[in-house]
Amino acid sequence: MTATIPAASAAPAAEAPGRPRKRRQFGRYRLAPFLFTAPTAILFGLFFLLPAVLGFFYSLTNYRGWGEPEFVGIANYIELIGDKGFYSALGRTFLYALISVPLGYAMSLGMAVALQAARARGKTAARIIFFLPWLVSPIVTGVIWRWMFGESFGFVNFIIRGLGGEGLPWSSNADLSLFVVVLASAWGGAAFNMLLFIAALNNVPQSYYEAASLDGANGWQKFVSITLPSIAPTSVLVILLSTLSQMKEFAMIQSLNGGGPGTQNRLVVQYIYETGFQKSEIGYASAASMVLLLILMIIAIIQLRISRKTGGSW
Amino acid sequence: MSTYTLTVPDEKQARRQRRKQQRRMGGGVLPTTLLWVIAVLMAFPLLWFLLSSFKPGSELFSYPLSFLPQQWTLDGYERAFERIDFGKYLLNTTIVATVTTVFTVFLCAVTGYALAKYRNPWLGVLSLCILSMTMLPGEVILNPMFMVVRDLGLYNSLLGVIVPSIITPTGVFMFRQFFVSVPDELIQAARIDGASEYGIFFRIMVPLARPIMLTLAIVSFQWRWNDYIFPLIILGDPNKFTLQIALRALVGAENIDWSVLLAASVLSMIPLVVLYLVFQRYITDSNINTGLKD
Repeated sequence: MTATIPAASAAPAAEAPGRPRKRRQFGRYRLAPFLFTAPTAILFGLFFLLPAVLGFFYSLTNYRGWGEPEFVGIANYIELIGDKGFYSALGRTFLYALISVPLGYAMSLGMAVALQAARARGKTAARIIFFLPWLVSPIVTGVIWRWMFGESFGFVNFIIRGLGGEGLPWSSNADLSLFVVVLASAWGGAAFNMLLFIAALNNVPQSYYEAASLDGANGWQKFVSITLPSIAPTSVLVILLSTLSQMKEFAMIQSLNGGGPGTQNRLVVQYIYETGFQKSEIGYASAASMVLLLILMIIAIIQLRISRKTGGSW
Repeated sequence: MSTYTLTVPDEKQARRQRRKQQRRMGGGVLPTTLLWVIAVLMAFPLLWFLLSSFKPGSELFSYPLSFLPQQWTLDGYERAFERIDFGKYLLNTTIVATVTTVFTVFLCAVTGYALAKYRNPWLGVLSLCILSMTMLPGEVILNPMFMVVRDLGLYNSLLGVIVPSIITPTGVFMFRQFFVSVPDELIQAARIDGASEYGIFFRIMVPLARPIMLTLAIVSFQWRWNDYIFPLIILGDPNKFTLQIALRALVGAENIDWSVLLAASVLSMIPLVVLYLVFQRYITDSNINTGLKD
């Protein structure tokens, strides 16, 4: 075991070859990493593994928060298949992720590239400004965009009316309302992804660009054929992380439109929350959680496959 | 005659220089404009929001809207203080964010160190477990999470919000990446000198990792300050609420009192903004790459 570790292999050689000593040495390398990681493992078990197992167990029962859970097999899952509310929440979540992930990707990459441009001025100040939305909590982000897009009092409708148009029904039309959510999420999430892109852009060898300049490539050509391929692993990571986080969107939409108008923009985590806590249908909500976890796992596996093909490594 | 011959190269040189300068300026104008257009777009919602919070209630909804308040007032802020018990929520949120962050930084550092510098089957499994946490967000399994916390007797206590959110895969991977880059020779030398494994970690590795620790501390503080879903399901008593839950109660009201909501939201952000402005280089200059090798 120890022979495979470069760090550990040198140490026994330095020690006098005594049997009890060697054993202590060996024990030390097993015990130390175990003690280092034990609290993490316990927390992982308690607050990740246990809820997941419990959730799977409850998803097979009709538990409602009191009494003994009664085993109902896959009845919850069968009911979910026919549940229109669940479908509409799931469909809305997919639509939301499908629009907001590419927008967020383009925005954060654009910001990173703009910050890395050698000749731009005022980069330090711009960097600080770009990062401010990261500080804003999802709840407040929702409030800010609700305020911007208020139907009768919002700034955006004020501008539209000023230009001679009719104010748009940003909160009473479901699609427009979702559009505002998309904008808000791109705004709030761009900064962190931008950091990932900046780190990746810094790692692209400058000599590639110099060689391309000598060959007469213009800025756009350089971006498409040098920058994009070079940062492909980071792109995959950003898309993966933002897909996962969009799929579990909850807080921001709560304060922006509460899943409304009506329940038309209710996303899947809100559906789980309402079913599990407000209606107290714990078994049913757990089944919905399991379906969501399965979907997230499939998304993650697909994207990791792609990333392996493009040469990225975790 | 002589003056003529003298001026020609001068003029030529000047023109060349001017052209060069123009080219440099011309090259710089486009990126600079682009950068600042984005900056203005990003800053505008925040600025509009901030300025609105200083408008009196009547001005908030009166057309035409003006960018700057015509009459500056702190009325919204005063009413926000009357309406919600800011001191209490601020204290609760600070406790949750600080305590969690201390544990997060410590546990992520030891775990990341162990994953980077030792190799055995136990660590292999743990590393997979932590990777799975990135893929499968635990906060999606709301009811079982609530029950685990309740059965541990932590329902309705700040500890119930703190303990489940200590472990973050991002933090573990940040430290793992960092410690992988620390040469093994350092550890070997310390072992030869008779340092214990724990001594090596606490006396050599912790000081080395200080910048990463600070970065994770700020990121984690922000996460926990802004957390919504855990406090929502675990805290039932309004006295235990965090700021985000209190704000949500204002937004969820039948008739939103915008001047109170705007002021309260601005107030809830102040501690984070101060923290960020003090430590911003630890965030914006850091290479946060969540375990990714580029």
